[in-house]
Order: sequence, then C-alpha cells, then structure tokens
Amino acid sequence: MLPQPAPKPDILARRDEIVAGLRALLPDDAVIGDALRLKPYETDGLSAYREVPLAVALPSTTEQVAAIMAFCHREGVRVVPRGAGTSLSGGALPMADSVVLGLMRMNRITEIDYADRLAVVQAGVTNIGITQAVAGQGFFYAPDPSSQLACMIGGNVNMNSGGAHCLRYGVTANNLLGLKLVTVEGEILEIGGAHLDSAGYDWLGLLTGSEGQLAIVTEVTVRILRAAEGARAMLAAFRSNEVAGACVDSIIGSGIIPVALEFMDRPAIHACEAFANAGYPLDAEAMLIIEVEGSIAEQDFLLDRLKAICAQHDPISLKVSTSAEESLAIWKGRKGAFGAVGRISPDYMCMDGTIPTSQLPHVLRRIGEMSADYNLQVANIFHAGDGNLHPLIMFDANDPSSFAKAEKFGADILTLCVEVGGCLTGEHGVGVEKRDLMGVQFTETELDQQRRIKSAFDPGWLLNANKVFPLKGLAAE
Amino acid sequence: MTPTTEQGVIEAIQQAHDAAEPLAIAGRNSKQGLLRPVQAARTLSTAGLTGITLYSPSELIISARAGTTLAEIEAAVAAKGQHLVAEPPDFTALFGQVQPQTLGGIVASNLSGPRRIAWGAMRDHVMGVRAVNGTGESIRSGGRVLKNVTGLDLCKLLTGSHGTLAVLTEITLKVAPAPEQRATLVLRNLPPTQAVAALSAALGSPYAVSGAAHLPAAQASFIPGLGQTPATLVRLEDFAPSIAYRSDRLRTDLAPFGQVEILDDTLSRLAWTAIRDCAPFAGMQGALWRVSVRPSKGPQVAAALEQAFGAAWFLDWGGGLVWIAGPATTEAHNAVAAAAQAHGGTHTLFRAPETLRAAVAVIPPEPAALTAIAARVKAAFDPRGILNPGRMHAGL
Repeated sequence: MLPQPAPKPDILARRDEIVAGLRALLPDDAVIGDALRLKPYETDGLSAYREVPLAVALPSTTEQVAAIMAFCHREGVRVVPRGAGTSLSGGALPMADSVVLGLMRMNRITEIDYADRLAVVQAGVTNIGITQAVAGQGFFYAPDPSSQLACMIGGNVNMNSGGAHCLRYGVTANNLLGLKLVTVEGEILEIGGAHLDSAGYDWLGLLTGSEGQLAIVTEVTVRILRAAEGARAMLAAFRSNEVAGACVDSIIGSGIIPVALEFMDRPAIHACEAFANAGYPLDAEAMLIIEVEGSIAEQDFLLDRLKAICAQHDPISLKVSTSAEESLAIWKGRKGAFGAVGRISPDYMCMDGTIPTSQLPHVLRRIGEMSADYNLQVANIFHAGDGNLHPLIMFDANDPSSFAKAEKFGADILTLCVEVGGCLTGEHGVGVEKRDLMGVQFTETELDQQRRIKSAFDPGWLLNANKVFPLKGLAAE
Repeated sequence: MTPTTEQGVIEAIQQAHDAAEPLAIAGRNSKQGLLRPVQAARTLSTAGLTGITLYSPSELIISARAGTTLAEIEAAVAAKGQHLVAEPPDFTALFGQVQPQTLGGIVASNLSGPRRIAWGAMRDHVMGVRAVNGTGESIRSGGRVLKNVTGLDLCKLLTGSHGTLAVLTEITLKVAPAPEQRATLVLRNLPPTQAVAALSAALGSPYAVSGAAHLPAAQASFIPGLGQTPATLVRLEDFAPSIAYRSDRLRTDLAPFGQVEILDDTLSRLAWTAIRDCAPFAGMQGALWRVSVRPSKGPQVAAALEQAFGAAWFLDWGGGLVWIAGPATTEAHNAVAAAAQAHGGTHTLFRAPETLRAAVAVIPPEPAALTAIAARVKAAFDPRGILNPGRMHAGL
C-alpha cells in the first residue's frame, strides 16, 4: 500500500468549524459531516485504498463551487473533486483532512445544438447520458469508457478517458470544445467555447487529463457527432499471440482503420465466454474483435478485405456477425470483461499501460513469465490499434500477502511497458495507484517541470494533493 | 545560432538564461510574420536539428527532429500510403517566404487545414515532444504511443505556444492511412447563411465529411475547378466504393440547397490544397485575420466586417473559420476583434506589417485570473522571460 500525505493537524482540529463554514454556503442537504454518511465517499474504483474525508460538499451550481473553493482556499483546506467515483487509479481517493467536492448534483444538459454539433453539459452528467440525449437525432458522444453507464463527464475530462472506439474517434481531449472552471481561489473561468482552437495557450489541452490537479471543472462543451449508418463486428481467432499481433500489423498497414480493434488472450477469452456466451473460440490462444462502420454494402466491402487479411495469418476461425444481436453479443463479452474476471477470482486489479503495438508478443510473453513467478493468474485485454494494454491481475484481497504480490506484479508490468517504449497509463490516469512509479517514466527534472505548472494553478497544493506526483514533491512545496 | 544537436540548444539557452538575454526562436523563418514581432538581439534556430528518427507505419507513428522540413515528413509518409491527419497548411507563399516550413514551426503554431473540422488539429496528433525550457533543461512529454495520460499533457500546452515556453527539439506525430480517393460536392450561388446551413447538413450526415468550405465569387476564382461564382464545397475522402455511394447519398440530402456538381479526385486535391493554403489572399496586400467562431456565426462575422471595412473573406471548417482580408489599420483590426468577441469567438491577426502587429492585441487578451495563471505558467518554463518574449501578448 502506498503511503498517503500526513493530514494537517490544525485542519483536523477545526473539523466542526469547517463543516459549519460549508453549511453557511450551501443548502443543508448539500453538506455531509457525520461519520456514517461520509463512509460511502471513502473510496472509488480502486477499492483497496480507503480514507474517510473531513466533509463532503455537494454543490448544484458553478457559483456554489466557487464559494466552496474560495472558503477552502482561505482556510487552507485540501479539496478532492469527485464525479461518480469510478476511477480505477484512485483518482477520487480522499485525504482525512480534505473536503470531497462531489459534482454529481450538477447533472443538467444546458444546451444541445445539432447544427453546430455540440452539447453543453454540467460536470455530473454521465457519459452515456450525453449520447442518450442526442441519440434521437442520430448523434452520439464518442469516447466510450467501459464505465460509461456511471462515469461522469467531469471525471472523463480530468482523466482524459478513452474507450474501445478511440482508434477512430479519439479520446476525451479530442472531443472537447470548452470548459467552465473554478480556480483554487474560487474564480470562475471559461476557456474555449463553441469554436475550435482558441488563440493563446491550449488551456483546454492542459486541463484535460490533469486529474484534478489544476482547477475544478464544472461545465463542459463537447463535440457531438452523427453516428455512422451501422456497425458490424467480426471475430478472428489465432494460434498464438505472435500471429494475432502480426495480423494487427497487417490490418493497420492495409490502410483500413477499423472503428475498434480489440485483442483478448486465452484467459480473457475463457472468462468472458463463460460470462457472455458470445460464441468466443475456446481453442484459440488469442482473438481479435474487429468492428467496421458504414452502410451494409460498405461494411461488406471492409469485412471482405479484413477477412482476406486475417486469412493470411492461418486463423483457427473467422466469424463475421450476421445481425445486430450477434454484434451485441460479441461486445457484451468484451465490455463485460471486468465482471467476467470478477466471477473467476475473488478480486482483480486492472492495469492500464500502453506499449508500441509491435512489442505485444514480447510483452505478453514476459507477463506470462511474471505470472508464473508471482503465482498469480492474469488475463490480458488490449486495445490493439492504439497499444493500450489492460492486464487483469487476479488475487485474493482477504490475503494481505496476495494483495502485496499483485501490487508488485502490476508495478513490474507497468515498468516493462515503459521499458519497451510505452507509458504507465493509457486511459485510467496516474491517480494514487501509479503515483510512485512516475519516476520510471520521467526524470526528476521533468517531474519538477510538471510540479511547477501545478504550482502555477494551485500555489498551496490544495487540489487533489495525494495524487499523480510522488509525495516528496508535496513536501518540497 | 543554429545548433545541430539538442545539447547545442541546451547550451545556447543556458547562456542566454545566465545573461538574461532574450532569444527569438525560429525554424526556417517561414512564419516570422505571424503574431507580434519579437525584440531580441539573437535568434536561436532549430533548422539544424534535422532528420526522421523513427517511422513505424503499422503503429501510425513518426518522430522527427524539429528542424526537419514538413515536406520531407510528408514525402516519407506518402511513400507508405499515409498522411498527416490535421492536413497542415503551407503558408510560405502567403507570407512571401521561400524557405520551406519545418515540423517544429507547424507544431509550435498549431496550424491545421480543412480536415481539422472532422479529424482534429495538429495538437490532437502530437503524441510526444522533446523540448528545452528557458533554463536549458531538457524535458519530454508524451511518447511514441497513441494513448497516454501519464502526467500533465505538455504536448498540447507546447503545441501552439509559439516558442514562448520551450524550444521543441523532437516531435512524434500520429499519422493515418491516406484515403484511396477524394471527391468534392459543389453547390453554387448560395447566400452565406444558406451555405453554412448546407455545410451543417453535410457535417451532420453519417458520411464522414472531411472538408466544408464556402467562398464568395471573388475568392472562388482562385480555387481550381470553381470559376467565378459563390461556391459551397463538401469533401469526402474514403475507399472508392464509399466515395461513389456517399457522393450519391449526399447529393440527394443536399438537393434542397440546389444542384450538386462533383469535382473528381484530381480537382479535389487541387481545390482543397488552395483552400488549405489560403490561396485567395496570397497575392493580396494589406492585413489578414483568422476568426474562429461557432460555425453558424461565421456568416454574421463576415457580414459585419464587409460592412465595417469592405472585408474580403471566405469560410472553412463548416463556417467556423473565417479568413478575412482588409486594410492594415488599427480600426480594421479593432472591428475584427469586436466582431469575433461579439459572436463568442477568437481572432488572430495572421499577417500584417510589423507596425500594426506591434501596436495591437494580435490575439484576444485573457481575463485577469487567466492572465495571472499564464504569467506563472510562463515563469514555470522560462523564469527570465528569454524565449520569444512578447510573441503572443505584449509583456509576456
């Protein structure tokens, strides 16, 4: 377990005063100060880490957020922003002396403009909620993280969330136009807007993926896109990870960019098939889900080309979905992968490195060796087009030594990802989980450069101070 | 100074830092005329940092040193059937320059072409950078993979920062397969608001439109294949069977706006290159502005400036990018800035004599709280303010 920053004793001592100060700013039901009701806010999707916060504030407007920030800034109170609490990296983990700023009540869509292809939504609107609001006109919001039913756009912005379709449609950063922010001092700022590429520094790009380190996002202007006429998936099963990896290279090299290109190894295939009955080939070592879009004739054209490419790699089986239902079943297995692994192991840890795709066979071989060394099973799911690898490490949380081993195994995998030219995190964020691995990817000079940018926005390091940067940086401030 | 290694850049900046001596940052000077003039006795050029360092077509990644010409990179990816997604423009003719532009220059200025409306800006395709900050420290951000959220995204912050935060030394771009074929649908004689409505209909279709522009007659005459009538253009780029199918469907969908002509692959290439490079205004005297605005507001900005000073203009990005030509006067500049602001957009004084560029806010000033943050961010990279001082804002 990673250590957390020491709470400020003076803040802990003034708990009642701080809660009362928040109550003076917000309606009664928008401040939580009692231990029992604080409990649900102690953790997020990285549930091994828990810390009950000092208080929770649940604002409904940007002005209320500004009032809370001005108050916390004046009083020197740390703030941890929170959306739906689905972070897999501990991005919403509180500190004992922090106020959790929960944005889930800011859940209104304030504008939809189909002609200009944008929507203005508050931070607490769910990812799927945006698509649902515009689906009637044939539009959608593109980034689709697996948690999209629950996760909120404010969190998506802060973590720069991806999904299975970013090979074609990009990640969150590529689908934003503007933000409304509250600074640590409580100033309300608007950056970007309904237009592309504001002149001046790219604040929108810097804020996206900043993991709550720089400001509080309260409202987001997103691009909405017209959906393609249709989509269809195919399954291709192979005898080895190497062959499947070579097939991915051939597909990208052919000039076709599928809208999704997902890779699963044998343990992942078996877990997901037991869960979804999707017709996954149980005799395969590796499997690709390949999805294309367009009219039926366009899908046929692309799938015929893809079948021909796959056929050159000695597949065990090739199966093109013949109906919308079959495509749904194929995706149900993949999108349910976490739940499926949860059925075969008491607990699992979902890792999130990115590697150059050419390194896939080597990396999977090394993960297999580590799995044997640690005596922990692992299933691998991979966004093959963009190199984002999700090893699911299975362990037993009731056994502390099992958890410690799993954490070490995970760190070894991420270190390997960096060694082969990749990075620590492709879409889940650094959070608490990977905080102390940052030195594997960055030099101390580079981390200091990032810390100085953090300080430019948040000179007192009040925002989400237990995340992203190794703790000694915090002490240095 | 034109160092040939990153170490040379480091040493040059360390010296300037120690002496608190401002440096103008340049590649091959093709964009010298952009934004505010920099007052510096010496210029640090990245033109000596050349060469492609990594190209992996099946991983959709290319890395090159900052001084590599864009033409060299475009040729390398074209040889493998790929292209640069943001369709970076070539403004050397517009600025009356002869030297080819560099990778570092196009990234530092975050300039994107017509495809920006559908596929993102240069900044969306910068996957990794190496750079030297204002104290002479080498810093990296991002990497050579397509998906990376590790740490603060300095790739995006440095892209479009015009050399004011750090000097880019090496850049990794995401590339994509080049389309098999292009076609352009053309509607004639539409008034601007109708034209943008047609462009919105096309961009809101399921057919993956990758370019959407409107030109009044005088500007259309500079575009191959258009002649001298107002022209509204919609581009498709895809596999050949999709081009045939989608052209047909769009022709039907756009029928309420008039009869559709089709430009073939060859003419499409020429037409969109001319739009990309702002060919209609390349030979024109006076000043040139770009306004980025909500697409449906583009025609209103254009109309306001036509009235204010007889502006010549055309629209790209579905109406959201307004190119404006007019007299190089403070009055005209203020009218552009006011029109952009009134419609919720931003302006850039893109080309003008040095006297005007030194006298006005070439990009909009930011609110006080953001100006304070910007000054601290600048200091976080360049505490002595030696890198391209005053390039974007006076005093920063």
